[in-house]
Amino acid sequence: MEDRKPFEIQYVRSQFPALSQYVYNKPLVYFDNAATTQKPLVVIDRLKLWYELENSNIHRGVHYLSQQGTIAFETARKTVAAFLNAKETHEIIFTKGTTDSINLLASSLGRLLVNEGDSVLVTGMEHHSNFVPWQQLCLEKKANLLVAAITDSGEVDLEDYKSLLEKRPKIVSITHISNVLGTINPIEEMIRLAHEYNIPVVIDGAQSVAHQKIDVQALNCDFFAFSGHKLYAPMGVGVLYGKEKWLNAMPPYQFGGEMVNQVSIKETLFNDLPFKFEAGTPNVGAVLGLESAIHFIEMTGIEQIGLHEEQLLHYALEKLKEIDQIRFIGHPKKQAGVISFLIGNIHPFDAGMIIDKLGIAIRTGHHCAQPVMERYGIPGTMRASFAAYNTFEEIDIFVAAVKKAALMLS
Amino acid sequence: MTIEQTQQQIIDEFSMFDDWMDKYNFLIEMGKDCPIIDTQYKTNNYLITGCQSRVWLHASYDGNLISFSADSDAVITKGIVNLLIRVFNGHSPEEILAADTAFLDQIGLKEHLSPTRSNGLVSMVKQMKLYAQVYHLKSTQQTKHE
Repeated sequence: MEDRKPFEIQYVRSQFPALSQYVYNKPLVYFDNAATTQKPLVVIDRLKLWYELENSNIHRGVHYLSQQGTIAFETARKTVAAFLNAKETHEIIFTKGTTDSINLLASSLGRLLVNEGDSVLVTGMEHHSNFVPWQQLCLEKKANLLVAAITDSGEVDLEDYKSLLEKRPKIVSITHISNVLGTINPIEEMIRLAHEYNIPVVIDGAQSVAHQKIDVQALNCDFFAFSGHKLYAPMGVGVLYGKEKWLNAMPPYQFGGEMVNQVSIKETLFNDLPFKFEAGTPNVGAVLGLESAIHFIEMTGIEQIGLHEEQLLHYALEKLKEIDQIRFIGHPKKQAGVISFLIGNIHPFDAGMIIDKLGIAIRTGHHCAQPVMERYGIPGTMRASFAAYNTFEEIDIFVAAVKKAALMLS
Repeated sequence: MTIEQTQQQIIDEFSMFDDWMDKYNFLIEMGKDCPIIDTQYKTNNYLITGCQSRVWLHASYDGNLISFSADSDAVITKGIVNLLIRVFNGHSPEEILAADTAFLDQIGLKEHLSPTRSNGLVSMVKQMKLYAQVYHLKSTQQTKHE
């Protein structure tokens, strides 16, 4: 973009009002970005504008506000399509979030492709949202859920993945980046391998979309799901990208207004893409907020954000290594800005409570990925995850807090 | 000492702490003194639900008074459960059932624990009262039979 500014961390931070607050009389250090990111002014202002002036129901009215709203909503769809480099704008379905997107697929694609005795392939590092919907589908259909093993270092065991592909699963659904381990999976290769058997591949992009450029055509994935709120956008909006051929073949997921063409008492003709999958009034304000968030990312530069977060990751890993008995859970070769760790045998909740009191927001627990915890035989971890606005100084504060917690608890 | 007196003693102890850090250090120390549950009871049957960390609680009754033992894999949680044990241990089921737990608010424990943690605290109290309820019913039934 022409008006892109050089990556100025103080400028980036100034765009996020939430970051300047104090908690427990200490400046907030927000390292829970894998759970949700804070929102920049452009997003907050966009929501405000929508509700102050533009609010109307879209796609239905002939009146002025409705028409303007419809135009804005469909322009946002184009923005998302361009952001992901989708071939067609109608390959973008607005959902409530990643979980909703994957539930849509498990229900609709599942109904299309999975029958008794078939199988679906996931990995052992999936978030529950890319695990439970497929598991439940398999239980319902009397199909098998195949789970590719993960190695001690926290990577998908590609040999196991390849051998499971030979069982010809009907669907492969894998996370791009692990929300627990930070592992960046080699999805290009994993997609290519699955396509050798003509198996459609779903990518859970919840943890990747805010941190690296996504090009769905280059990846050649069949579906890509993400949430707005992890991308500096409002909660309650997400995206499902799907290749047109699949979306056309899939039956509708939910039924209601907007997704129909013609309804008589006996039958209903469904609307075309993308409306076929968007029953009911969408979260228009949040969709427009998502568009603003994408503009914010493009202005800041996704490559620069990714580079900054990588530097934060390496700095944090080095600093944390100074702590006695630090245990990193997973140390993949390619790691995003997510660190899961434990200190000796200290319970993550104990340490998390003390770190919280020092003004630092990290996540403790199983991170909605209990199979991963089981794999490593641990009750949970502490997790720090970074975003564009985090700084090296914040890492210093965080590491000092971890040291303090370790001292108090050991 | 009555339940109210122990509660007041704890309130006094907590009022001496200037900051949360001392409070937590105190809880950590209390965790180390917790009467530890016999390993035979450290099973899912004795696990309290509603806590983010695992807490096991066991009660025994000598026909007159109840005594508790517990354990947790998180030391601050263990301190909290021991705080409750200190309050309720060696009291009759009726005394335990009649006791209120407003002291938890007064020592600022509730406000300093995250909602899920706080629910854990609520679950612990509930479980202790449940034991008291069961023993109360048992003893009244026995009296009837006699």
